[in-house]
Amino acid sequence: MDIHEYQAKELFTEAGIPVPPGEVATTADEAEDIARRLGGRVVVKAQVHAGGRGKAGGVKLADSPEAAREYASAILGMEIKELIVKKVLVTPVEDIVSEAYVGVLIDRANQAPLFMVSPEGGVDIEQVAETNPDAIRKQSVDPRYGLLPHQAYALADFLYDDPKLVRQATKIVGQLYDAFTKNSCSLAEINPLIVTPQGEVKAIDAKVSIDENAFYRLPRVEAYRDLDAEPESESRAREAELSYVKLDGNVGCCVNGAGLAMATMDLVKYYGGEPANFLDIGGSSNPDKVVAALQIITADPSVKAILFNIFGGITRCDDVANGIVEATRRIDIKTPIVIRLTGTNEAEALEILGEAGFSAHTSMDEVVQKAVQIAAQA
Amino acid sequence: MSVFIDQSTRVVVQGITGRDGSFHTHQMVAYGTQVVAGVTPGKGGQTFEAGNGARIPVFNTVEAAVRETGANASAIYVPPPFAASAIMEAADAGVALIVGITEGVPVQDMMTASALVQDKGVRLLGPNCPGLISPGKSKVGIIPGEITIPGPVGVVSRSGTLTYEAVNQLTQAGIGQTTCVGIGGDPIIGTDFIDCLEAFAADGETEAVVIIGEIGGTDEQDAARWVKDNLNVPVVGFIAGQTAPPGRTMGHAGAIISGSEGTADEKIRTFKESGIAVAERPVDIRDLVKEGLGL
Repeated sequence: MDIHEYQAKELFTEAGIPVPPGEVATTADEAEDIARRLGGRVVVKAQVHAGGRGKAGGVKLADSPEAAREYASAILGMEIKELIVKKVLVTPVEDIVSEAYVGVLIDRANQAPLFMVSPEGGVDIEQVAETNPDAIRKQSVDPRYGLLPHQAYALADFLYDDPKLVRQATKIVGQLYDAFTKNSCSLAEINPLIVTPQGEVKAIDAKVSIDENAFYRLPRVEAYRDLDAEPESESRAREAELSYVKLDGNVGCCVNGAGLAMATMDLVKYYGGEPANFLDIGGSSNPDKVVAALQIITADPSVKAILFNIFGGITRCDDVANGIVEATRRIDIKTPIVIRLTGTNEAEALEILGEAGFSAHTSMDEVVQKAVQIAAQA
Repeated sequence: MSVFIDQSTRVVVQGITGRDGSFHTHQMVAYGTQVVAGVTPGKGGQTFEAGNGARIPVFNTVEAAVRETGANASAIYVPPPFAASAIMEAADAGVALIVGITEGVPVQDMMTASALVQDKGVRLLGPNCPGLISPGKSKVGIIPGEITIPGPVGVVSRSGTLTYEAVNQLTQAGIGQTTCVGIGGDPIIGTDFIDCLEAFAADGETEAVVIIGEIGGTDEQDAARWVKDNLNVPVVGFIAGQTAPPGRTMGHAGAIISGSEGTADEKIRTFKESGIAVAERPVDIRDLVKEGLGL
């Protein structure tokens, strides 16, 4: 889960990383007050989970509390990459001598944290990696030993010549690793890490992504979740313990298993349709889950056909069939439903569905074609 | 022949008294797997009834289970907060194969566990995997036995039900399997595609291989290059997630396109460049395998 800049800065501050003071405002009045407290000259920054905030006009430099108010008023409510800005971070303007990049992420191939640093900060690191790979230094970390002091030093030494700056940066790199492990991050980035005219090294932007599987031991970080940053359907799906991603098409998909769910979406596209969502009901045959899944899919007005693709293994087809029948009893579904069930207790499932007036298929290709056709004619 | 497991595999089930562990122990025993022990801390000394009169002794630790029963493989069904620890316990106890079924293990926990497993020279499958089955011989995990039959095809996949789909179609066409291996959908897993391909290559009876991959990471690309340089049997590949948007996790924690890395297109291209026959639809897997085997 991505967290907001101001939340990431909280985690960094706790780890000891120097971060300029700042406060979050949800109204223009609040932004003005904060700016006044911080001495007048501030940056007003949109808090949304999207890159390119500056380019979209979501980051503004204000010379006075009044200007901060005006900018906040413009930014709050603004739409950046389909996300509405509900919060701004107000933070003092820092004079900048240089900008560097420091980041750590999980390197899947090496199964270990990987640090990347570059003296070319303030820009997208993937871009630097493409245009000037020599400007990046990498360091893989053995998770059992952690980031060793000499490794932290070498990373900092790559960024700066001045020993005083290297000393500060060495400490910051170590603190970033601590924040990364303590909060079970999959990514922790300082971009840019700046040097001020006074020779201070500071983190003025922060990007952090957290492994949701670790939330059971990180209740405070879990509370960082911003329900405004995702479609309501995704919040509801999470509550129902369904794995769901909203897409733009009109064929609603309900599948058991993530791989089969993706393959089903792909097959919808193969036959000329567009999937409306990814949805994995998991291994459970709990009728309540099927009901929740149908509620979420039917709440999407662009869905013109609902496609069930169930491969019964551990999941019993008759349980899913009961769930579908139960769901249509509890909620009024006007969208046509096409069903494919095969595997464990397939015959019983077909009987249950037949009695309730549904016809079911056993071939994945057949049912996908049918769903695409129905959606196209709607 | 088969890879990784056969009739001689002696399984200890970690989390045998839990809901999932209990259910799947019954299934494994019914299939003919030798389940010789169970582990649930605090329940050592009990006996687990696994159906058909099978009585399985329960131990507090894997170490005791291995010592008393000679178990050489472990199947892990413990909840996510304890799964990495269970994997490390099994590795420490000296089993040769660990199959981690549990979904939702924190990635940073797995980094440490994976490092220990490698130090011990133990094979880990998963986590977040359906396990494996050598049809007619043994299954460890949750793959439904009835959709497989013995035969010449080795199957390796990151997915569960999508694998069942493909295997079922092979079976219905009368094409059996040496072993079907689910390597798991997490970002950090033990056994990878190449490990399985090496095993299939060394297995005299595997005459064709099916690789089922998905978006995220570069394992499929590495596997494709390995196939090109090392494998002399026909290989059929399928990649799920062509319609997946970048930056979103598609169910499996590892199924995510990060930046420009791990797209389906990139994987499919590498497959094709490496001489792997790419199935556009799941149903094409069966037909391409038939072709590869000259049937």
